Amino acid sequence: MSASITIATTRRILTQLRHDPRTVALIIGVPSLLMILLRYVLNSERQFSGIAPALLGIFPFTIMFLLTSITTLRERTAGTLERLMTLPMGKLDLLFGYALAFGLLASLQVLVAAGISLTWLGLDIGGSVWTLLLIVVLDALLGTALGLFVSAFARTEFQAIQFMPVFVLPQFLLCGLFVPRDEMGWLLSAVSDVLPLSYAVDALTQVARSATIDGTLVRNVAVIAGCVVLALFLGAATLRRRTP
Amino acid sequence: MDESAIVVEGLRVRRGGQEVLRDVGCTVRRGTVTGLLGPNGCGKSTLMRSIVGVQIVESGRVTVLRRPAGSPELRRRIGYATQDPAIYADLTVTEALRYFAAVLGTRPSDVDRVIAETGLEASAGTLVGRLSGGQRGRANLAVALLGTPELLVLDEPTVGSDPELRDELWKLFHGLATAGVTLLISSHVMDEAARCDELLMLHQGKLLAQDTPEGLRARTGAADLEQAFLRLIKGREGATR
Repeated sequence: MSASITIATTRRILTQLRHDPRTVALIIGVPSLLMILLRYVLNSERQFSGIAPALLGIFPFTIMFLLTSITTLRERTAGTLERLMTLPMGKLDLLFGYALAFGLLASLQVLVAAGISLTWLGLDIGGSVWTLLLIVVLDALLGTALGLFVSAFARTEFQAIQFMPVFVLPQFLLCGLFVPRDEMGWLLSAVSDVLPLSYAVDALTQVARSATIDGTLVRNVAVIAGCVVLALFLGAATLRRRTP
Repeated sequence: MDESAIVVEGLRVRRGGQEVLRDVGCTVRRGTVTGLLGPNGCGKSTLMRSIVGVQIVESGRVTVLRRPAGSPELRRRIGYATQDPAIYADLTVTEALRYFAAVLGTRPSDVDRVIAETGLEASAGTLVGRLSGGQRGRANLAVALLGTPELLVLDEPTVGSDPELRDELWKLFHGLATAGVTLLISSHVMDEAARCDELLMLHQGKLLAQDTPEGLRARTGAADLEQAFLRLIKGREGATR
């Protein structure tokens, strides 16, 4: 591992994004637009406050998942990954470089969406805004790390896009947003227990309701962080220096 | 033995159920320009990938700069350019080269050197995706020249370049060889073969011959290398019949 190669990779990815301002505008703007849409579809501040914290985590998670799986797939198909693998580049240097670049972008995205929700849209939360932001940024990083990992299993961009419904939508359905997790059947509840997004939504809901930081909250946040690290290491394991 | 930059012994590679390299053995002497010649699809790129250490091989041994191909310590010592440019299309030439220079840990001034060597000064600030095919190929070559590689493995580096530029690139290659760098350059154009010190002739995954251009002409009695190559193929087909 080399810090200078990781930083160089982060800078390279951010420079690529700088040449594509439309993508940056979409990344920053879309979650905020969806929050605004949701607020006026529900047409009630109370109902919005009930569901918005969970969605503040889910939107960046989904967008970062898609974004990273496509970008890393492009790196594979364009041959630049193979070139990097012939150079003194560590696999983790590359993955952490990606995680750092997209993590920065996700933080910006989350700040804007949360800022708009908390002020203009009247989102009312019981806990600390900073705890909420921390969890949401971790969610976005989780999306990034999972996107990096699954891109190894896609050969084309069409396949990569199909992984969104496969990896994200079941988590979305089972995370407790539609039906509380303890009211699900034992099987679904068990599946829900192993999906990282469930812990994210639990944590976000708790922060929205109360200001107390208890063991459950700390555990949930630790699970999300652990999943980010795990997905990054799994992603590193899928990078191969030798290919057929 | 110290003379050899690359030693390939009994190399077999299978890709997608087909045998792409069939028992290939050859050596590349240090400080020479060695041409890897043969028609498209004969296994040139696969042999190069095996030498660089990114190809899964079935059997055989590839030794590069006295180490097994793919050894981590070789990564700073080999410059590799694939046939399809592997360089970020959404960066400018300078930005892309700076990144690869940072990964190699070479000085940023190295970027200006390779831009000059590949004649890309005028398009240094252009996005790689907007370059012409020939310019993109040169940007791809520039990445391989970064740092101080002892071995350059270049897959069709002059494709798409006009004759004048091609001439300059070949002068650059010979200059590097004089300075002690070993170059393995693939081409399917026979007039480039005459500019090499030594030739490897590959046909349908088999090595037909390893010789100097003069040696090949003398051996086959052909006036030019194109004819020499054709006679070698005929001779082999006659032998197997």
